[in-house]
Amino acid sequence: MTTATDSAPVLTVEGIRKSFGNKEILGGVDLSIRRGEIKVLIGPSGAGKSTLLQSINFLVMPDAGRICLEGRPVDPSDRKGLCLYRQQVGMIFQEFNLFDHLTALGNVEIGLVRVKKMKRSQARERAMAELERVGLGVHAHKYPAELSGGQKQRVSIARALALDPKVMLLDEPTSALDPELIGEVHAVIRDLGAAGMTMIMATHQIGFARALADEIIFMENGVVIEQGPPDKILDDADCERTREFCTKITELGGR
Amino acid sequence: MSTPFSVLQQSLPYLLQGVWVTLVVVLGSLSLGLLVGLPLAVGQVYGPRPLKRIIGLYVWFFRGIPLLVLLFLFYFGLFPFLHLDFSAFTVAIIVLGSISSAYQSQILRGAILSIPEGQMKAARAIGMSDAQAIVHIILPQALRLAIPGWSNEYSVLLKDSAVTYALGVAELMARAHHVASRTYQHLVLYLCAGFIFMILTFLGTRALNALHRKVKLKGYS
Repeated sequence: MTTATDSAPVLTVEGIRKSFGNKEILGGVDLSIRRGEIKVLIGPSGAGKSTLLQSINFLVMPDAGRICLEGRPVDPSDRKGLCLYRQQVGMIFQEFNLFDHLTALGNVEIGLVRVKKMKRSQARERAMAELERVGLGVHAHKYPAELSGGQKQRVSIARALALDPKVMLLDEPTSALDPELIGEVHAVIRDLGAAGMTMIMATHQIGFARALADEIIFMENGVVIEQGPPDKILDDADCERTREFCTKITELGGR
Repeated sequence: MSTPFSVLQQSLPYLLQGVWVTLVVVLGSLSLGLLVGLPLAVGQVYGPRPLKRIIGLYVWFFRGIPLLVLLFLFYFGLFPFLHLDFSAFTVAIIVLGSISSAYQSQILRGAILSIPEGQMKAARAIGMSDAQAIVHIILPQALRLAIPGWSNEYSVLLKDSAVTYALGVAELMARAHHVASRTYQHLVLYLCAGFIFMILTFLGTRALNALHRKVKLKGYS
């Protein structure tokens, strides 16, 4: 409501570092996002975008750094607190990761029943509403193996939305999709943005990033090289390497 | 003088009673094996290192020693030493169940490990604890995958159960042996026992296949 709370960051990430063996993947990343903001991570494969998103949710344990949700630091060694935190941070994976033994409805419902301890009838109603929101009401009783890639990703978005997340992390949500199916997932994400969802998304879809993002963050070798408004980063970046990357990727994907 | 046929006719009810004993021993040890094997498998995949090592030793012990040695060790050795007065029948189920738990734990461990890593990640991402993820996401999928391996475990246990006759358990083999040594109709009695074992193997495997088809996930070939 008030501008004071709206301008306070929902999520802040400070000095996140991660190495696998002696290979450093994240070399100290800072990030902060306000309510309703959409930030898009771009950068070459291996830049650390995916590791960063998974570190924010502690699916990858960072070696160093601090993450705060609404100003409160998250302590990953407190298991209860971690589960509570993860409920508030929706995660969308490149490979969907739907639960294969559950129907679309079951996938959306299980978090409500098992994690939020909601009554099954209530959970079913809520899950159905979320599936309808992503346009999959008619497919509610199908299993993941019976759905197309685009449908699977939309179910996974519904699964995350059902828990009322404060932030959504999207890790290349359309990279594993047939080109034909990308549009339907983009449409759902666009609607989310229009509804005011706070999002951090990694993607190679540069046209989509330009249309959606409040800010684009260019990453390489585990650090943020440059960040700013889409037009600035994509067309007129200060850093030579950012310009080079954006030129190549816009040539491929169009503006 | 009795003919092979008349001996068979007279002893069939007696042999069939042994089938029940055999089936109780097999189903009992299969269940015990699952009850113990499931936590062992979960412990071996997700547990801390010392636990993994202890489970490894347990599996090594029960897979490394011949069935007959284990039966004698427990029945004549360990249980009397502990002043535990268990019947041969009970010991048969305990020993076969323990051996089966070692094998079943490895069938289940393989099944758990074959579930893609993303399933665990997605479960954690919606705020499930690891225990919830194992119970609600990993095991329902892993158990489905484990059924073909189990069906093998059933047929192995069925045949191994014949060895418990050495303790005096009145199962099918013991009864066939008993009648044969009384009537000298060895050929027909052991053929008959063998035939019944074949039928039991066939029926059990069929039942497990039907179960496998019933719980198979839609959309998978």
